Amino acid sequence: MRFRALTKAAAILAIVLPTASYAHRAWLLPSATVLSGDNLYVTVDAAISNDLFYFEHHPMRLENLAITAPDGSSVMPENVSTGKFRTTFDMPLSKPGTYRIALTGDGVFGRYKLNGEQKRWRGKLGDVTKSIPTGAEDVKITHSQRRIETFVTLGKPSDTLSKLSGRGLELQPVTHPNDVVTGSEATFQFMLDGKPAANAKVQLIRGGIRYRDNLDEMNLTTDQDGKVKFKPTVAGMYWISASIEDDKVDIPNVNRRRATYAATFEVLPE
Amino acid sequence: MRKVLTIGVAGALGSPAVAAEVEVNIEIPRLDVVEYHRPYVAVWVEPVDRTSAKTLSVWYDVDHNRGEGDKWLKDLRQWWRRTGRSLKVPADGITGATKPVGKHALKLDAANTVLKELAPGNYEVVVEAAREVGGREVIRLPLTWPVQGPSQAEAKGTAELGVVSLKVTP
Repeated sequence: MRFRALTKAAAILAIVLPTASYAHRAWLLPSATVLSGDNLYVTVDAAISNDLFYFEHHPMRLENLAITAPDGSSVMPENVSTGKFRTTFDMPLSKPGTYRIALTGDGVFGRYKLNGEQKRWRGKLGDVTKSIPTGAEDVKITHSQRRIETFVTLGKPSDTLSKLSGRGLELQPVTHPNDVVTGSEATFQFMLDGKPAANAKVQLIRGGIRYRDNLDEMNLTTDQDGKVKFKPTVAGMYWISASIEDDKVDIPNVNRRRATYAATFEVLPE
Repeated sequence: MRKVLTIGVAGALGSPAVAAEVEVNIEIPRLDVVEYHRPYVAVWVEPVDRTSAKTLSVWYDVDHNRGEGDKWLKDLRQWWRRTGRSLKVPADGITGATKPVGKHALKLDAANTVLKELAPGNYEVVVEAAREVGGREVIRLPLTWPVQGPSQAEAKGTAELGVVSLKVTP
């Protein structure tokens, strides 16, 4: 019984924090990214799927959801509902400017040898010491640090997104993500712990995968300033993901850190 | 490709005219569609390098019965991104109601708040139309400022706009 409970917990955690080793993609999809008028609402879908942006696998749990308004205040999601394939919620836009919707999470995973036998383990940050048995050898544990975002702007974009947490991999817009259009070059900067993340792997995929044979992805690497540049030719909802690994860890018995970032943004036709 | 016809009067005509008039003629075409709503139309002027933009006129559903008329302004996508999102609507002398099928003239004289502030240079007058449950179209016509002589430019839309012309009189 105990084994079963643990397995279930691990499975749920895997849904909340899928790591890069999983093929699934985690995303937030807003009903609109550029809005005019006042006192509006946006509905956001949150799911983990293979194809973008189809809810066909797992709903996303909204633990650690943070919606930041243009004035820096927090917005509470409304009408939160988790179904079989997606979680959905509404968010009011009561002030003009840019809103950031972010889901963050931490986890640890890895392997070790016990009495010559290879073991795999996945769990919470605080559980490393108590979960790795005494006598374990060859312990290789990675701290997984995740952030999933999307952005919505009512009226004129504001500087909401330039305020970073300084923890993990984050997007520092050079081009505002609600301002990307076909035929114009866009620049995004990735920051690791608040500093430019050089040599991070970045991938861009346009939604609507189901209706085409090729993924048509763009694979990029950040430069010394943590920047990537791209010029989209086709409009649509895009999913950008980035990851970087290093040895910067401050948790006992953890050797590596894998910081990942994913965001949904819209490319509008010129 | 849309053809832009420019008929200019060549040659130096001395100092720029002070009383210049700019007339933008916009044709809203009759469309055979299941559901028709008058298009939202934005007219603005921007330098050819597109580094800035100034709104000349916007026709939208100002008095929408649910107060939602400005909710669709962002569908004038290019105008919205370039300058529309900075404009507080309704704006005196700039915003007005949507217009029916037919030809509509927008006459601007040199005293126009946008034109009188315009630095000398090469510009484009841009007309964008977006129709609820319909499409969107953008037409650009060249404008040199200050006006050196009488000129006319014209282009014909293929979907949401008919003939759009720009007549400049010094």
